Amino acid sequence: MRHFVIVGVLVAILTPLTYIGLSSAHMMPVEASAQSQIVDQMWNWDMMAVSFLLALIVVPMFYSLIVFRRKKGDTTDAEHVEGNTKLEVTWTIIPLITVLVFAYLGAYTLGETRIADPNAMVIKVRAQQWSWSFEYPDGFTSTDLHLPKDQQVVLKMQSSDVIHSFWVPEFRIKQDVLPGRVTDYRITPDMIGSYKVRCAELCGTSHAYMEANVIVTSQADYKAWVADQVAAAQALAAIPGPNAARGEKIYEQYCRACHSIDGSKGQSPTWRGLYGSTVELNDGSAVVADDAYITESIKQPAAKVVKGFDAMGFNPVNAGVTDAQIADLIAFIQTLK
Amino acid sequence: MKKIFSSTLARGLLWQAVGWLVGALFITGIRALMGLQAIDASKFFFTEPAWVFGGLLGALFFIGGSGIVSDWFKWAKGEETSEHHEDPAGGEKYFNLSLDHKVIGIQYTLLALALFVIGGTFALIFRLELAHSGLQLLTLQWYNTLMSLHGILMIIGILLGVSGVINYLVPMLIGAQDMAFPRLNAFSYWVAVPGAVLLLSSLALGGFDTGWTGYPPLSARAPVGMQMFFLGVFVAGWSSILGALNVIASVIRMRAKGMTAFRMPILVWAAIATSLIALTATQLIGLSFQLVMFQRLLGMGFFDPAKGGNPVLFQHLFWFYSHPAVYVFVLPGLGVISELLPVFVRKPLFGYRWVAMSSLGIALVGFLVWAHHMFTSGMNDYLRVPFMYSTLLVAVPTGVKFFSWVATLWKGKIETPTPMLFVLGGIIVFLLGGLSGPPNATVATDLHLQDTYWIVGHFHDTIFGGYVFPFFAAIYYWFPKATGRRMNETLGKIHFWLMTPSFLVLTLFMMRIGLLGMRRRIADYDPALGFDWYQLIMTIAGFTIALSVLIFFINFFRSMKHGEKADGNIWNSRSPEWQVPSPMPVHNFDQPFEVVGEPYDYGLTDAPYIKFAKSTHK
Ligand SMILES: [Cu+2]
Ligand SMILES: [Cu+2]
Repeated sequence: MRHFVIVGVLVAILTPLTYIGLSSAHMMPVEASAQSQIVDQMWNWDMMAVSFLLALIVVPMFYSLIVFRRKKGDTTDAEHVEGNTKLEVTWTIIPLITVLVFAYLGAYTLGETRIADPNAMVIKVRAQQWSWSFEYPDGFTSTDLHLPKDQQVVLKMQSSDVIHSFWVPEFRIKQDVLPGRVTDYRITPDMIGSYKVRCAELCGTSHAYMEANVIVTSQADYKAWVADQVAAAQALAAIPGPNAARGEKIYEQYCRACHSIDGSKGQSPTWRGLYGSTVELNDGSAVVADDAYITESIKQPAAKVVKGFDAMGFNPVNAGVTDAQIADLIAFIQTLK
Repeated sequence: MKKIFSSTLARGLLWQAVGWLVGALFITGIRALMGLQAIDASKFFFTEPAWVFGGLLGALFFIGGSGIVSDWFKWAKGEETSEHHEDPAGGEKYFNLSLDHKVIGIQYTLLALALFVIGGTFALIFRLELAHSGLQLLTLQWYNTLMSLHGILMIIGILLGVSGVINYLVPMLIGAQDMAFPRLNAFSYWVAVPGAVLLLSSLALGGFDTGWTGYPPLSARAPVGMQMFFLGVFVAGWSSILGALNVIASVIRMRAKGMTAFRMPILVWAAIATSLIALTATQLIGLSFQLVMFQRLLGMGFFDPAKGGNPVLFQHLFWFYSHPAVYVFVLPGLGVISELLPVFVRKPLFGYRWVAMSSLGIALVGFLVWAHHMFTSGMNDYLRVPFMYSTLLVAVPTGVKFFSWVATLWKGKIETPTPMLFVLGGIIVFLLGGLSGPPNATVATDLHLQDTYWIVGHFHDTIFGGYVFPFFAAIYYWFPKATGRRMNETLGKIHFWLMTPSFLVLTLFMMRIGLLGMRRRIADYDPALGFDWYQLIMTIAGFTIALSVLIFFINFFRSMKHGEKADGNIWNSRSPEWQVPSPMPVHNFDQPFEVVGEPYDYGLTDAPYIKFAKSTHK
């Protein structure tokens, strides 16, 4: 009986000590979204259970190792105790109830993180090896994600190639980004600051470096930033005729996933030095890369396949490009010597 | 040396190389005749179909050429074969075909140790890279390949190590002379060898950068080494499936007289639970990898969204095996813990039936939880809730084990020689793995934890506590049974006291930086996160673990020849294998025994577990 009392007291002491230790160790990054507080609440509950269970196992274990260790010279066996069905039932039923409670809490907090605001702002996210781009409701795109404080946003995310995952540690939530399908990421930033979105799903060579800035500003600052971006986009759009700067924007948004501009071999041929060069094709023939060839290759990628590459079937990215955009792209390609 | 070159192993490897070349040339020839591209410089000379067919043919040639299946062919032709092969006395039998379960068990263990050394070395290399932010040692592609191979080599190594322990022990524990199907047993071992070669060959063929999970579409674009990974897992999978079949048949059919279900040694229950999983789930990983192989080779768009395929489907198929696989790894280890505790506490295993049933419970519930790996994957939102319930439910039978172990320790007379130290270390480390589990199950927190170093720390704790520590305990404990000599205690204790604290530091630091924003599977991290000094300490801890394992190997090989002689029941165990002299006689028990009591009745006098029949053939 004495042993039980001592162990009981030790468990009662160690449990709160562990919990205080864990909760004052700054285990999580700062909370920068409404959802992060909910996640941390669940985390906190988990840590309470962890502290108690740790003490419950570790205390009697180490107590036994110290108090019940074999005395020198003792060669006899210990007392014959086979088991205790009441005890076994107890430590099956109580954990079972605990588990049900935690599953309920888990479902409840999951629901809380997903509460939808009907006025949420929609931003389209495109992920590709190995970059992010963001398309705003006002019609411009950026490689930084700017968000206004205290406004719920839904990120409509899609990948151009493999699976990526959108994770801002300070927001707590993570969601994979799939090719061929849109996934949602709902967040309400509530702390002004500069963070990073980092790809959390292994996506190939430069996965480690696939990140973008996430900048949470006041509503007023956000509006000002949007106005600047819109003005810049309009100014660019207003330039008559084919324009290389516009082409570069289109490239960054749609083409960079597959075509490099530095000569490196990607999924598709590089654009560096392409314009005016002679291209060897898969069937052994050669063609000069002029306006007609580039236009045809964008519209019908399978018509002429460059040597060493696989023929590509219908591609929704290519099919969506307009004639004016193609002209801009050609102007951009001409600058890539 | 000459003997090694004429061994089954050498012949098999030679035939594998021949088969590989024949297969590759065959496809290359056909492609040339059909006017297709026959040579592909970007894929290391041969085209991808040629490499894959060659790899497959190489594995078949290994099996055919090394003579593993020749008895079956003789039977088909109506010829008789000898029932028992006598193995030569020296170490050469471990490189040759043997039908003795004890030899096969040690063969498995040696191959497992070899894969651990290779996979562990890969980990040391990329741990060195991670010691400091920025890239110093490796390229991004090499980092990804080494990290991926570390994962799969350790997993296959563990599967083989599990088979080693089970193969060596189960027939002894149930009082059988051998497994139910000795030839199938040998086949199961030998088929893993070409599988391991295939896996390693991916290194020479551009590697693969997907991690061991091989998710498409990434795996559909990876270098040709990816296909060797798929093929290697596919071939090695047969080893698991057939081995499991054999274990189940042996336990059902070949138990000693009087050994009812609840009088089996507890490790046999663990072996059964593990084998049930391996027998029924391994197909799913083979299948899912095969589908990606076909997607690459034949353009079938199973997981290609552009062709109407669904990449998330792959994850379901993959995890339907790969979650239960975790229990294939840890159930035998937990069985070893339950088996050894009573010996060193000198008390019965507390709640034997409950512990036995908890293994089955974990195995069965384990089949219903796979999607907890996919909470952020974009699978159906609402399905995450039932999978959370089933996942948390695993805590109940796991808790039963912990409570029963603690109750076994309670008021025992505890001794702590090396095997017991590893048992206790295993319990502590597995406890940390267990306690870091529920936050991954409660979905909201997992949205933060998924794909971070928290997960890396969590599963390393689970696998080390549930497998690696008990595996070392088993080796230290049964080494005298296999060799008649015991391993050095002092070196064993140094091994334990170096490995355990370093490992705890390593995984606790992993969890800490994971929570703060360290993603898994990255070659480099942002120095602004301030993880540099954590990573440096983790690297030092990793190398300390390697040092301790090196000490283990020195002890292991030295003790074979120079260890203290130990041919009796040195642990004072009640288990049948210790009631006969060591090393274990060729046919285990010269006289059959009958089970007349409970396996763990320590503390009772005159309550034997087994009784040998009167000698009939002496
Ligand atoms: Cu990515
Ligand atoms: Cu799992």
